[in-house]
Amino acid sequence: MNLILFTFIVLLGFTSYYFGRKKAYTIQSTKKRLTALPQFYGYYLAIWCAIPAFIIFSLWAIFEPTIVKLLILSDYSNQGYLDDELNLLYEKSKALSRGQFTGEITPFIEASAEKYLSLRSIAQSSKVVIVLSAIIASVAYAYKRISSNSRTREPVEKFLNAVLFTASLAAILTTVGIVFSLIFQTIDFFKVIPLFDFVFGTHWYPAKAFVRDSSEALDPTMYSDTFGAVPIFAGTFFIAFIAMCVAIPIGLMSGIYLAEYASTKVRQYAKPLIEILAGIPTVVYGFFAALTVGPFLKELGTSMGLEVSAESALAAGGVMGIMIIPFISSLSDDVITSVPQSLRDGSYAMGATKSETIKRVIFPAALPGIVGSILLGVSRAIGETMIVVMASGLAANLTLNPLESTSTITAQIVVILIGDQAFGDPKTQAAFALGMSLFLVTLCLNIVALRVVKKYREKYE
Amino acid sequence: MIKIKAKDVDVFYGKKQALFNISLDIEENQVTALIGPSGCGKSTFLRCLNRMNDVIDICSVKGEILINDFNINDKSCDVVRLREKIGMVFQKPNPFPKTLYENVSYGPTIHGMAQSKQEMDEIVENSLKKAALWEEVKDRLHEPGTGLSGGQQQRLCIARAISVRPEVILMDEPCSALDPIATAQIEELIDELKKEHTIIIVTHSMAQAARVSQNTGFFHLGQLIEHGSTDKIFKNPDNKKTQDYITGRFG
Repeated sequence: MNLILFTFIVLLGFTSYYFGRKKAYTIQSTKKRLTALPQFYGYYLAIWCAIPAFIIFSLWAIFEPTIVKLLILSDYSNQGYLDDELNLLYEKSKALSRGQFTGEITPFIEASAEKYLSLRSIAQSSKVVIVLSAIIASVAYAYKRISSNSRTREPVEKFLNAVLFTASLAAILTTVGIVFSLIFQTIDFFKVIPLFDFVFGTHWYPAKAFVRDSSEALDPTMYSDTFGAVPIFAGTFFIAFIAMCVAIPIGLMSGIYLAEYASTKVRQYAKPLIEILAGIPTVVYGFFAALTVGPFLKELGTSMGLEVSAESALAAGGVMGIMIIPFISSLSDDVITSVPQSLRDGSYAMGATKSETIKRVIFPAALPGIVGSILLGVSRAIGETMIVVMASGLAANLTLNPLESTSTITAQIVVILIGDQAFGDPKTQAAFALGMSLFLVTLCLNIVALRVVKKYREKYE
Repeated sequence: MIKIKAKDVDVFYGKKQALFNISLDIEENQVTALIGPSGCGKSTFLRCLNRMNDVIDICSVKGEILINDFNINDKSCDVVRLREKIGMVFQKPNPFPKTLYENVSYGPTIHGMAQSKQEMDEIVENSLKKAALWEEVKDRLHEPGTGLSGGQQQRLCIARAISVRPEVILMDEPCSALDPIATAQIEELIDELKKEHTIIIVTHSMAQAARVSQNTGFFHLGQLIEHGSTDKIFKNPDNKKTQDYITGRFG
């Protein structure tokens, strides 16, 4: 029903556009000069169609459920029900009206369900009538109003401005919403687990914290020595470090090769090929690391007399590094290419060779962009989940030996949220606390990155 | 004395020929101006003299260019040494994204010309003095070169070019991005520099050619139409096209 109505309103919008433009042409044919192009008259009318529709739809969505509920519950007023019981009654009758109710049907509920249905249908039809009449009235009003010297361009531009503003506002508000949901759960978590234990504790065994029955009392001592995040923070940075040891040199050098040395033809083929690496799903990298690189490293290590775990930080970090190569190579290629040719000419004209020019002129000039690309790579490495889950195991060892297995923040979030979980339980909330810390880390990283980039910009522009 | 002798130079961009049979002698310690309408090949010719056309993949140069009787188009020519001897100043000031000091010390560093910090300081100071920039920047040598005004930047580029004591300085429309006052400063500087260097300047401004140069070559459609002393070219040219260009009838 709503869909049909919506389609109809869209059609009305097009129609009003058509009429607006037609009226503009009519005015034009009387040799009067218009204040705007005829399309603007059309858009103007379409806006007059869209705005009332939008307002009425929103009002309906906000108030209809409340009003219906009030009307239904008014039958039960003065009968001594508690608020909770009233809510339950309402939900029951709603469920019954949809045929989803399975409990015992009392005549009261049945009556309410019928009333609910009839109220809904009244609401629906009145919505249709009100929306359509409002649209027609407003379009008709606007249609009558437009003349050769009416201003249509400004309202249309303002409307577009408002639409674009709303879109960006939606993006910002979503971010804020996510952050807030993280914050509240995190605060709840730290009510049970002291912040000190989380930040400085060196034992992370969430498996120890069985999901507790909600009837049991919450006993904080039960969680001591369970949620110490040091090992997983260490693991996260360690694996990211290994990844960057692979990604930075290879990515940067291939970026420099592509930008400065490769002929146009080589570049034309090599760049997309490298970018294919970025298109491989991380889960594929994950089993490449777990099934190919991990066992290979283990065999190699054994043949050299080293003890290598089949799930090692080295395998996960190394493969993660390969995954990040295209980001760094492609971005640094772009920034190096955008260094003005005049700087290269200036350096060559002084008798500098290609490598001297790159080292002394192009690299410093491109540095802000290169730092940016590296930091982007680092936040990719810190946020990467799948490769670690598959290739580096889930046990949070506190180790700096790349041949042992370690775990990361993201992998632990996966561990926690797989299987039994209950909201309001410290084990589940631990995931939020980890998510929050991850968010803070990447936020700091981004701030540092922006600072660095800005500082060099100021220096070199 | 003849410093540079170009013999039958042809330049091609891919299949398109940009210069035809250019033969031109350039005298030592004088200013030679190359004039002509846009796209006539004067900049291309200038870039032949320090092999800057090597940078462009599709560009090929044929013919002989003798500098001190040595053919720079020969395989045995070391481009790094050649460009040490032949400095260049570009149309748009292009200081490196480094400090003033590093900009000027760039050439001496890559050619290993200074043994100590003190020696480098002297080279930088001398070059900036010769480029008439020292007084303006001596207190901020360690600030970025890109923070200077356009005219100062161009003089910085000149200081950078003369820091390696080149025998020849090529200038590719060095004043076209500058205001009249900065232009006058650069022109004055050119006059000073010719005592120690041979200067070849490409310019769009005929007034500038007349003011700064002793010799002038007129290019048109990739050909050297006429060359000779600036006086003669401007007052009594042999060729009708030169006459027309000088008097502003085309170009």
